[in-house]
Amino acid sequence: MYKYDEIDQRLVDERVAQYRDQTRRYLAGELSEEEFRPLRLQNGLYIQRHAPMLRIAVPYGMLSSKQLHKLADIAQKYDRSYGHFSTRQNLQLNWPKLEEIPDILAELATVEMHAIQTSGNCIRNITTDQFAGVAPDEVVDPRAIAEVMRQWSTFHPEFALLPRKFKIAVSGTKDDRAVVQMHDIGMEFYLDSQNKVAIKVWVGGGLGRTPILGSVIREHLEWQHALTYCEAIVRVYNLHGRRDNSYKARIKILVKALGIDEFRSQVEAEWAHLKDAPNTITESELARVAKHFEAMPYATLPAHDASFDAAIASNPAFANWAKRSLHAHKTAGYRAVTLSLKPHGKAPGDASSEQMHVVADLAEQYSFGELRVSHEQNLILADVKLSDLFAVWEKARANGLATPNIGLLTDIICCPGGDFCSLANAKSIPIAEAIQMQFDNLDYLHDIGDIELNISGCMNACGHHHIGHIGILGVDKDGSEWYQVSIGGSQGNHASIGSVIGPSFSAEEMPSVVQKLIDVYIKERTPEELFIDTARRLGVAPFKAYVYAKDEVTA
Amino acid sequence: MSQLIKLNDNVAHIAENQWAVVQLPPSLVEARKQAGKVVLFKLTGEKTVSEEQLSGTIIPESGKVIVPLSVFIARKAQLQARINAGEIGVWVDTHEVLNDLAEHQADLNQLPIIAIHVERFADGRIFSLGLLLRTRYGFKNELRAIGDVLRDQLFFLKRSGFDSYLIRADRNAQEAMLSLKDFSAPYQGAVDEPRPAFLRYNRVA
Ligand code: HEM
Ligand code: SF4
Repeated sequence: MYKYDEIDQRLVDERVAQYRDQTRRYLAGELSEEEFRPLRLQNGLYIQRHAPMLRIAVPYGMLSSKQLHKLADIAQKYDRSYGHFSTRQNLQLNWPKLEEIPDILAELATVEMHAIQTSGNCIRNITTDQFAGVAPDEVVDPRAIAEVMRQWSTFHPEFALLPRKFKIAVSGTKDDRAVVQMHDIGMEFYLDSQNKVAIKVWVGGGLGRTPILGSVIREHLEWQHALTYCEAIVRVYNLHGRRDNSYKARIKILVKALGIDEFRSQVEAEWAHLKDAPNTITESELARVAKHFEAMPYATLPAHDASFDAAIASNPAFANWAKRSLHAHKTAGYRAVTLSLKPHGKAPGDASSEQMHVVADLAEQYSFGELRVSHEQNLILADVKLSDLFAVWEKARANGLATPNIGLLTDIICCPGGDFCSLANAKSIPIAEAIQMQFDNLDYLHDIGDIELNISGCMNACGHHHIGHIGILGVDKDGSEWYQVSIGGSQGNHASIGSVIGPSFSAEEMPSVVQKLIDVYIKERTPEELFIDTARRLGVAPFKAYVYAKDEVTA
Repeated sequence: MSQLIKLNDNVAHIAENQWAVVQLPPSLVEARKQAGKVVLFKLTGEKTVSEEQLSGTIIPESGKVIVPLSVFIARKAQLQARINAGEIGVWVDTHEVLNDLAEHQADLNQLPIIAIHVERFADGRIFSLGLLLRTRYGFKNELRAIGDVLRDQLFFLKRSGFDSYLIRADRNAQEAMLSLKDFSAPYQGAVDEPRPAFLRYNRVA
């Protein structure tokens, strides 16, 4: 993974000093609440229900063992010994003290980490596929350009105060796993007819209260122009995006207001001036950064491993885990492993300091000292030998990291919700926990098969509820907490936004509502259909009829 | 003490302010000047300032003055002698369109100063406007940030081509000056240094 040189290190060190002084001025009353707000937000610091919340950047989801050990130590020293991995591949601390943030940043800087632009109206952490570099269906490893873009966007002077936050995702696989169509800018890397790396660029996607899939602004962009083209897009947005109403300030609203054709022509007119400017990425810069993402020194291994096959045959618990948690790898004899942060009955995405140390050790011992965070809020060891998998499983299992539910109903994506977030209409974590307990039967979960259930505590959609096969949204009705349910959303190449099934439910009803949706699916499915397929084929009607028939049935 | 910071050869110092800023009289109709609507203004040509405001603006008879863009355009003939004498600058609000200025003043460098007015410090349009004036319109003279200008934006303003900053009256300009040096080796190319770090330094993997 990318390692800092002097220039990178100097920048984060200077950032610590800058933020320390900003905090000092705020505490001394030299900065008003309103003036400090964007400064702390651009450093990932929210003021929440109980305490500030600090979001630490994990660029495109990659971490080293050393960094994860440090995060575990920081969580222990400055917080309550746990952290929350987010849907944008970052780590959040829920209970740090405002006065101690500069010290936390100083500690982060010692392991080449920071909290720069993890929030606020600026270009945020760039996200990508958690299997970048190892996935067999990968056409282009997007990480080197993601790093080049990270550097370009860090303290970008022109884009320091945009109308609203700005999120970029990159992907280089046939099957999109980075949800590029749901971002302000999405970049899909591919090889063009000349076999050169090119980019298909999407713009104006986003969730929140106005969920919109992105539009293609350019089918073919040579990689060298990634920065200047983004500059043109963000400049048009910076100048013309709405600033009078924060709910209408995202680029998606501007793209929609102008129409993609008019928006494109403004961007192209701007880009005509920027193309080939000094920010054009050079071959040598790409090569320098790409060196950090070269393939690991893999051993030459056969495609099968006898000890692994034997363990699968003799140990059903291991076999169950393997079935859900292992992912194909480019290199023979290796697998990528997902460690579940979704044990039933616990807040999805949370990891204790102790667990972080365990995962860091596992990565050190079995996966070249690196790991990744997925937007589904799990942790990934990307390069494990078949022969090591049993040992990994045993240690993960002993530490609550091996729930065999990856991709299943209880692998819930969930925002912090009303327990932590002051914008929430409703709590989301207890709903996730209750659903996990309702379906606490592995055989049954496996029978239900692949399904994505996403929960957000309000329409800001941090939990991606629109693109859940089942989506749950917290709503406020006369001051009490209710939940609206949608089905048929999905991520990936055929991304779609779910349809609401009807009036909302109370918290107590939620596990049985989900149960009923599953019952309809089980009854109606053809042998090869997953929940999403059945939901798409039948539409909302049969699900709705059964769920709302409740009163007559129980009466 | 003066609230004005100026940059000469990349060295910041407190300077005396020689320019008076001319304000438009308040409008009776609510100004439709929000961003977003600008897109519409561009398409429809709708004005954001009324005729009464334009004619009612009081421009001091003598001395160096910075006039609002709309007044500059509407009353240019009347100001021409003073423009020639280098006594007139123009200020542009962040919702206004630079092309309007360029269309009415072919040689921008006849103006000794252009100021961009930012109503709220969090309005980042000022950075794009500065950059465009420097790189697209070739403006070489003093470029000043006025309005809600605060310390923590100075570094970005400098990188976007501003070389003069009128710090908000209730803040200490001397202290604010320190923030011009927040970062010593920024990554991306910008107005003050067009080359990104990867062209400036020999970065080895
Ligand atoms: C607890 C404090 C949090 C607050 C106050 C917060 C605030 C917000 C707000 C206001 C939005 C909507 C922005 C818009 O539509 O313009 C949003 C969207 C989002 N947030 Fe959060 N958030 C929080 C935590 C999180 C967490 C923990 C995650 C990840 C698990 C997350 C991931 C996201 C994502 C993915 C979106 C949707 C982005 C989009 O619209 O494209 N947020 N958040
Ligand atoms: S979706 Fe709403 S409740 Fe959940 S974290 Fe985001 S802002 Fe808070």
